Amino acid sequence: MEVNSAAMIGAGLAAIGAGMAALGVGNVFGSFLQGALRNPAAADSQQGRLFIGFAAAELLGLLSFLIAILLYLKAA
Amino acid sequence: MAGESGKIDPMHQFQIEPLAQLDLFGYDISFTNSSLFMLVVLGAIWVFMAGGMKRELIPGRWQMAVEGVTGFINNLMSANVGPEGKRYVPLVFSLFIFILMANFIGMMPFGIVPGVHPFTVTSHLTVTAVLAVLSFGTVLVVGFWRHGFHFFSLFVPHGTPWWLLWLIPPIELFSFLIRPFSLALRLFVAMTAGHVLMKVLAGFVISGLNAEALWVAPIVAIPSFMLMIAITLLELLVCAIQAYVFALLTSLYINDAVNLH
Repeated sequence: MEVNSAAMIGAGLAAIGAGMAALGVGNVFGSFLQGALRNPAAADSQQGRLFIGFAAAELLGLLSFLIAILLYLKAA
Repeated sequence: MAGESGKIDPMHQFQIEPLAQLDLFGYDISFTNSSLFMLVVLGAIWVFMAGGMKRELIPGRWQMAVEGVTGFINNLMSANVGPEGKRYVPLVFSLFIFILMANFIGMMPFGIVPGVHPFTVTSHLTVTAVLAVLSFGTVLVVGFWRHGFHFFSLFVPHGTPWWLLWLIPPIELFSFLIRPFSLALRLFVAMTAGHVLMKVLAGFVISGLNAEALWVAPIVAIPSFMLMIAITLLELLVCAIQAYVFALLTSLYINDAVNLH
């Protein structure tokens, strides 16, 4: 297979990771809401942790996006 | 903007163009569009802060806005670092408001004025890396200044069983050393990804309106334009969240250095 086509396919595969990170971010906020609705009094104090979890989940998706862009620019 | 064969290159917006050539001892320190927009960001911050620092007894709207932002960072630091956190408020506040303003100004539609391109300062790894090194360097300096070599106890969390001592410190060291990279990469990639997405959608709108077949404009261009408006709102949210996350993580790292968990 040509290197360029392989890089393009790799970029597409890496983009799956960004979608997986969407699941992760959704899970973070969904779980936070579940907990927050059960105990709204404690919700405000946990907002920092919410965004830490969000940042961690998002970073991994952004990394896969970065890999996708690097492979795409290599092929293009 | 348009590349060959009428295609729109989504990467062109990140190009750094020198506006005035400058050389210092053989190094190229040209005044670029990036430097220009850093100055614009600085000017915007200056105007925003100067308007709210009149110290009126009964604060007006502007002063309330400025106090809201400073109070936000103040609360963040006292919640995450404790009473010691007050000292680091200026640093974290500067990082926060610079990133926030740079992100916002990069999203502003200056393009409606012909020949003017907005430039997102934070969409370059060099800029975000310097910001991350500022944050990481502060943690190192503060940690070693306050605790000396005791700072290395950061890598052995409380309650580590002795038979895990060969495993936990390397993992903690690795997660400590990865911090500046994760800080810089997160901001840079989030901004770049958002702007590429905007330009790709803008490409759909323009090519759709210029297409030969008449059905393309209502089917492709108009929905893309609606989506662009929605994505712009999402991007504004992302701008604020990324600035907040940067400040939040910096405050947590400073907490590690000050209080040694």
